[in-house]
Amino acid sequence: MTYITKPQLHHPQLKPNALGYTRRDYEGAVSTLCAGCGHDSISSAIIQACYELDLPPHRVAKLSGIGCSSKTPDYFLGNSHGFNTVHGRMPSVLTGANLANRDLIYLGVSGDGDSASIGLGQFAHSIRRGVNMLYIVENNGVYGLTKGQFSATSDKGSKSKKGVVNHDAGIDLVSLALQMGATFVARSFSGDKNQLVPLIKAALSHKGAAFIDCISPCVQFNNHAGSTKSYDYVREHNEAVNRMDLVPARSAITIDYAPGETVPVAQHDGSVLHLHKLAEHYDPSDRVGALAYLQARQALGEIVTGLLFLDPGARDLHENLGTVDVPLNTLSERELGPGAAALAKINASLR
Amino acid sequence: MPLEALNDFVVKFANVNGSGSASANSMFAKAILRMGVPVAARNIFPSNIQGLPTWFEVRVTEAGHLGRRGGVDLMVAMNPQTWDRDVAEIEPGGYLFYDSTKPLPASKFRDDITVVGVPLTAMCNAAYQLPRERQLFKNIIYVGALAALLDIEIGVIEQLLAEQFAGKDRLIAANVAALHMGRDYVAEHLSPLRLKVRRADKVGDRIFVEGNAAAALGAVYGGATVCAWYPITPSTSLAEAFTGYCEDLRIDPETGKARYAIVQAEDEIASIGVVVGAGWNGARAFTATSGPGVSLMTEFIGLSYFAEIPAVIFDVQRGGPSTGMPTRTQQADLLAAAYAGHGDTKHPLLLPADPGECFEMGAQAFDLADRLQTTVFVMLDLDIGMNEWLTKPFEWDDDRKLDRGKVLGYDELEAGVEFGRYLEVDGDGIPYRTYPGAHPTKGGYFTRGTSRNPYARYSEEGAVYVGNMERLLRKFDTARRLVPSPVLRSATRSTREGVIYFGSSTPAVHEALGSLEHAGLHLDALRVRGFPFADEIFEFIAAHDRVFVIEQNRDAQLRTLLINEGEIDPSRLTAVLHYDGTPITARFITETVTRLMSERTPMPEAAE
Repeated sequence: MTYITKPQLHHPQLKPNALGYTRRDYEGAVSTLCAGCGHDSISSAIIQACYELDLPPHRVAKLSGIGCSSKTPDYFLGNSHGFNTVHGRMPSVLTGANLANRDLIYLGVSGDGDSASIGLGQFAHSIRRGVNMLYIVENNGVYGLTKGQFSATSDKGSKSKKGVVNHDAGIDLVSLALQMGATFVARSFSGDKNQLVPLIKAALSHKGAAFIDCISPCVQFNNHAGSTKSYDYVREHNEAVNRMDLVPARSAITIDYAPGETVPVAQHDGSVLHLHKLAEHYDPSDRVGALAYLQARQALGEIVTGLLFLDPGARDLHENLGTVDVPLNTLSERELGPGAAALAKINASLR
Repeated sequence: MPLEALNDFVVKFANVNGSGSASANSMFAKAILRMGVPVAARNIFPSNIQGLPTWFEVRVTEAGHLGRRGGVDLMVAMNPQTWDRDVAEIEPGGYLFYDSTKPLPASKFRDDITVVGVPLTAMCNAAYQLPRERQLFKNIIYVGALAALLDIEIGVIEQLLAEQFAGKDRLIAANVAALHMGRDYVAEHLSPLRLKVRRADKVGDRIFVEGNAAAALGAVYGGATVCAWYPITPSTSLAEAFTGYCEDLRIDPETGKARYAIVQAEDEIASIGVVVGAGWNGARAFTATSGPGVSLMTEFIGLSYFAEIPAVIFDVQRGGPSTGMPTRTQQADLLAAAYAGHGDTKHPLLLPADPGECFEMGAQAFDLADRLQTTVFVMLDLDIGMNEWLTKPFEWDDDRKLDRGKVLGYDELEAGVEFGRYLEVDGDGIPYRTYPGAHPTKGGYFTRGTSRNPYARYSEEGAVYVGNMERLLRKFDTARRLVPSPVLRSATRSTREGVIYFGSSTPAVHEALGSLEHAGLHLDALRVRGFPFADEIFEFIAAHDRVFVIEQNRDAQLRTLLINEGEIDPSRLTAVLHYDGTPITARFITETVTRLMSERTPMPEAAE
């Protein structure tokens, strides 16, 4: 582990965003993960996405469970509140935090052990409730902190570093998220920043349960021949169905996709996704079709990436509960306490 | 000789679960209350939905003894399945009320009791066509018959029916007709019993309410905005009552939107997770559960302790261990709650004795959780939680402010106040916290269950860890001064013997103390209301040669806690334990304490 603090000095030519923050203002502590870890690339993509979206860093709450991936919120958005919770239980804590203050942006970071094994239930339930969040699983198919055990997302037939073959069926979190009603579902690869950064931006702008399964090779325990989550394997078997860019509501950036191939999708907050189709017949507004496509491609040994499903008109948990527009944690005594007069009426009804 | 009693007897209804008897029985109890005579009513029910036996016990007690007395003077035997044991339970000289439609052999009765038969089924079959009507009105008919037998004013029951079915005139008329049917049968064929209810003025302004509802209302007044829960008997009705009260009291009048969020979670782990997340983010949050739920929540409770996050848990205790006796009462989660978590953890407990205190402590728990930044338990049990108790009316001071504890907001951070999330500042062990999003560049910190320094940065250094754990002990000591203090009830004459008790045992203990005193056995009494234990509790123990600790569990959990926390010599504390799943009775306490006091004479220095 390293305990190096980052130097405070900024490069004078770092470009500030619309809020006047440079990319450095979105960074956190120095990572203590292994050199080359896919997770660090994802942290970097999160930093880039937040910087490009002009998000005030302190308005993001970052939550995680336990594991290598769950350590990463310390390594980005250093001015944000973060919460490294208990193993597999980040989704419930994030749900509670979200209920307390609907105005913040919630970023849940988890791993395949944290979400597909111990936390499978909480993963599924937070998604089916439509919690407004971005839930990222940094999926390496292996337990890193405890040194190399298979996780539940390891593909059947894949080999561990020690040569052990996994006989259990792998859990596909993307399919599960689709079944559980996630309204934004994507898969990406930590080594593909061009695809990942726009996906994170779009997911952060999405109002509802957004899920990104990000394959993130473990350089120590799952980057060998026989692994289906190694850099080489994923690069060879990656089938991107689309590329996209996100145009935030207030910005007028144009993108360079050729017209005709690009589908604009307006999101709740006024931002627009420009979706550049790669797989000819792939329709990301079709939940059932997405599930079928994923299964078919998976059977061929391909890893489908890109924006797999989007419901731009999604409702979130607060809408379902009909909560007030202001954060619950700002309500005053007067708004919360019914007072002595109401209590007198209740007393009278109990005699 | 048939029993004779005025405003002082026990009626027990033996029913079949799901037969609609509950509301009729409750009306019977409420009618007596409306006549100004206190009652103590208790449901005794097994863990099932339909078809199995269920009992409802009403103690009519002008003297105001709200605990169980023990014994039954009038059995309303409506369940053939339990007939034999129900009949056997009647006190000698007592009464048996039954449905005499079908003749029963003499061997099914006792000759030392008075048998009162009313052909309920025959009357119903003659009056009603629909099976459901026959079933439901049968209950009202027996209430009418009992009213005539016991001298309960029929007009009071008519008024209750009118209130219950307000706006549904046809239902009121039909129920009143059934009520009169029962009354008239008794007038024509039977004579009143020697058990009588007579109007009195002993109820005052007290209210009749379940502890779960009272605690839920306390949470509303205490400013709780987030509730996450998972159904488990006997706590379910607490979350449901909170939902009901919020729908009435917590809607924004302008928008019609909810000033609360309630989530029925997938399990107890998620419930407490939601509570911890909301507490971390500055909302007042709680869950309601019972023993098995507390077991599941234990990891999160430890996190709340170590990461210092406010949370409130209402633990409505039931019979354990494991699934135990899910619909029976016990006080058996004390140790599990007090020390929940791995590693060194302890948590404040509030111990309400009746629904009135469920309300007060239900509200206070949120102030304490915010002030102490930790999990606070409110320990109800099935007896208080799921039975309607006569209790003092709820009170609220409109000038009362919610104590949000030590929180630094934007202005303080902007002004440059030093912030260390786990930094001791005032000597009370409680650090300051910030809510997420408070300030663009100041006040952010990373919350973790791992060891960290006072500025919330990861640290496994031994001295840093120990410093933090010592501060948590200081904080717990601060809690000692904040939890409700014990209540002393001195004997009428000086004594070297005492009792310590808490929670739902209270009314039975008070009644027993009266009986014991009547028999010349004087005991000082101290009711414990909070953990960590106040100094007065240990002073009380030191001031007496022998102290009986009365509780409703097998392992003497309060006694164990006292011995452990106060380093008390175990021989000074004598356990009096009742844990068969039924609420403790005054008779049990009186008999047990009398026996124990006669078995061992007090130490010589105790002599006056």
